[in-house]
Amino acid sequence: MTPPLEPRTRSRRIRTDALARVEGEGAMNVRVRDGEVLEVQLRIYEPPRFFEALLRGRSYTEVPDITARICGICPVAYQTSGCLAIEQACGTTVDGPIRELRRLMYCGEWIESHALHLYMLHAPDFLGYESAIHMAADHRELVERALATRKAGNQLLIAIGGRAEHPINPRTGGFYRAPTRDELAPLVEPLQRALEATLDTVALTATLTMPDFERDYEFVALRDDDGRYPIDRGRIVSSGGLDIPAEAFDDHFVEEQVAHSNALHSRFRDGGSYMVGPMARYSLAFDGLSPLARDAAREAGLGPTCRNPFQSIVVRAVELLYAIEEALRLIEAYEQPDPPAVALEPRDGVGCGVSEAPRGILWHRYEIDASGAIRDARIVPPTSQNQRAIEEDLRGFVAGHLDLSDDELQWQCEQAIRNYDPCISCATHFLKLDIERA
Amino acid sequence: MPNAFSRAGAVVIGVGNEFRGDDAAGLIVARRLREQASTQAVVLDWEADPAGLLEAWMDANLAIVVDTVVSGAEPGTVQRFDASTVPLPARLAGSSTHALGVAEAIELARALDRLPGRTIVYGIEGSSFSAGAALDPTVERAIDETLTRVVAELGVRP
Repeated sequence: MTPPLEPRTRSRRIRTDALARVEGEGAMNVRVRDGEVLEVQLRIYEPPRFFEALLRGRSYTEVPDITARICGICPVAYQTSGCLAIEQACGTTVDGPIRELRRLMYCGEWIESHALHLYMLHAPDFLGYESAIHMAADHRELVERALATRKAGNQLLIAIGGRAEHPINPRTGGFYRAPTRDELAPLVEPLQRALEATLDTVALTATLTMPDFERDYEFVALRDDDGRYPIDRGRIVSSGGLDIPAEAFDDHFVEEQVAHSNALHSRFRDGGSYMVGPMARYSLAFDGLSPLARDAAREAGLGPTCRNPFQSIVVRAVELLYAIEEALRLIEAYEQPDPPAVALEPRDGVGCGVSEAPRGILWHRYEIDASGAIRDARIVPPTSQNQRAIEEDLRGFVAGHLDLSDDELQWQCEQAIRNYDPCISCATHFLKLDIERA
Repeated sequence: MPNAFSRAGAVVIGVGNEFRGDDAAGLIVARRLREQASTQAVVLDWEADPAGLLEAWMDANLAIVVDTVVSGAEPGTVQRFDASTVPLPARLAGSSTHALGVAEAIELARALDRLPGRTIVYGIEGSSFSAGAALDPTVERAIDETLTRVVAELGVRP
């Protein structure tokens, strides 16, 4: 029998197989030889590319309905960025109670999406379970908490969006109908319960064992014009000092083809990768959090920035807390907008819009003509912007953890990808580790 | 809304994506069933995250879920599974577009004692899932067959 080689001298290949799914396809390859990471490739197939072509020739008013279909988890993000872009193209800014209602609906999406990822997809990684189903036997209360929190967000979407999936009430300029204060009132109690539960969850995430890994990311997030934590709109800012409006995105970022992926990779024009999503928002907009969320973050051991991607579960819990609290605040302050939408006049022009999807900034650009027909559409989703950062995380993590057993390395590579809550996170266990013994 | 059907004895849930070819099959079965005036069951179209199914079938004693599946069978094949006491076959797991699929939602419900006493899944084998594609003719026929079988299962006359 040949004795196993030392980890540092053997070749390893960590590979994902293509996923047999309707809406997405992901795969990953990591090759290691003699302690050196030779290759890291993350391949993601991005449905939004089809939608860009589909939007051409359609009416500008159809943007929220068509783009809502891009994602079942974050339709509000697509609708919001799309509406902002169209409104800019029409020379209008939507403010006041309509904007606040948008932000409230967006909080519902954050709550749903973050609760799903944090409890059901990411927590099992840390607690050592194959899935949320396996976790439910020992941590029933945690899974119940996940479902109740998710439902509280869901009810917000139903009350404002008209239904939980692919909301039908948002339109360019605002909403078809604004809910009354009475219609929002029943949402308060479930949100209050979720707020209490989430305080415990933030504390719980602080007790999880974090793999030791940090990187010097360039964070990119929005900065809210009212100084609040960025959700529904804002200027694009970075930890490197960038501060630009949505329409300047193309001057600073570029998307490019890479041989191993169907999805475009984003990077800074001057070459570097960047990170979008909870850690970027948290690190760039800590001061925009509520006092409660800031205190919870501090008690959980977070500083005003966070550079360990595995700690994103703690950051996501803090953001979940904030989104619930913000939803309660917005309901309390709610004024029913009348009329529920601003009238838009189409004109020849270009508009850009950007908002903070749960996974990071989502940028849209539309060119429309005076009849309102869309001449060109571009959508840059957060997961494609994070692809390089994910690959670099994997490269750095694997290089620094070759002493781990194959099983542990596989587990933590999966975890490293799920740190980003990528749209391919549907595949709870999609990595296969092949060990080639030289 | 969950509370509206929480008293229901039976709930039929058609799962799918309207704009993804054969993936619409479950939704179409649900819509046709709803058009039948004599249907006593609560009928739902489900395009959302399947995690919400745990709410949708809460308090029902019979849940019938209809979904498009990819199991390797001939397109248009209708398979019936009784998931009341055992999980769906492994070949049906992980084919969802989102984080939790129907199979996972069923197992999660089982772990939390939230699974209806009888949980039946009808799987319609699909073949084409392109955006905007029409239904495969074999799937059209399978929708009719499934509708007949679901009606029989509910014990009501069309």
